[in-house]
Amino acid sequence: MSHDAHIEDAGHGHTDDHAHGTLQSYLIGFGLSVILTAIPFWLVMSGVIANKTVTALTIMAFAGVQIIVHIIYFLHVDFRSERGWTAMALIFTVIILFITLSGSLWVMYHLDANMAPTAAVMRDMP
Amino acid sequence: MSALTHTIAPGSRTPTYYVADEHAHAPGGSTYIGFWIYVMSDCLIFASLFATYGVLGGNYAAGPAPKDIFELPIVAVNTTMLLLSSITYGFAMLAMERNKVSATLGWLAVTALFGAAFVGIELHEFAGLIHEGATPQRSAFLSSFFTLVGTHGLHVTSGLVWMVVLMAQVASKGLVEANKRRLLCLSMFWHFLDVVWIGVFTFVYLLGVLR
Repeated sequence: MSHDAHIEDAGHGHTDDHAHGTLQSYLIGFGLSVILTAIPFWLVMSGVIANKTVTALTIMAFAGVQIIVHIIYFLHVDFRSERGWTAMALIFTVIILFITLSGSLWVMYHLDANMAPTAAVMRDMP
Repeated sequence: MSALTHTIAPGSRTPTYYVADEHAHAPGGSTYIGFWIYVMSDCLIFASLFATYGVLGGNYAAGPAPKDIFELPIVAVNTTMLLLSSITYGFAMLAMERNKVSATLGWLAVTALFGAAFVGIELHEFAGLIHEGATPQRSAFLSSFFTLVGTHGLHVTSGLVWMVVLMAQVASKGLVEANKRRLLCLSMFWHFLDVVWIGVFTFVYLLGVLR
């Protein structure tokens, strides 16, 4: 490490590296989120898709897209603000969130399926 | 350490030393990342409440199911209130960046009204449910429902208290650096609550009615 590099470091301050929105970005975000909210409500309230599984998967996909839209246009998360630490913390949180949700649902579903013996299961027991 | 000699300019007799670790920290410069870490930890609280609802949401104990008690039009109005409050808070931030005190206060007041409407409609919905006998004690589904949606409502309520306090501070001290910092933190908090609400209306209300 040369001293020149240290000198450059010394001049680097933590001042204004927080991301801000513009009128345009707020309006784009708002327009997208209105559309992404209205369609799932319409799908469920009118029941246009007869298959409930398809409807459920569709509205979950809309929710996922809308969450990303809000994070970009309203929360202004990008890889530049706070030297990327905002995005890193978000990614870490999403991983923990995924483990918590999928783990809880998976474990509890199997407990539910395996712990309550039905009459058929009881009969097969020795 | 031959590199040290490079920092001495030719003809100069005294070398200049720099303390490598000394870089500027503006007052409150680490507030944003610190507050963001708080918001992310709050996100984990909601993750566990969503997981609880996901596990218990189907256990009605012969009580009412989501289909019987949820009224989607009210939820749609509530969602609209929260979405509108998000964009008006954005307008308050834009006014703040242009140092317009009265415009900032005006947009904050509009945001607070939308937020108060959201909390009011939610309390009305809860009162109706409890009146019908769909109380938190009725079934595991209702316990987890009231915990999840109630925690979100409490967050919005504390956001409203915070907003009123900041409006008073901006009104008396103006848009000084500290107040701008506080408003930006509340902005993160408010938009985060909107993101959580996307999960609530999708997974609790829409999927509940669909089931």
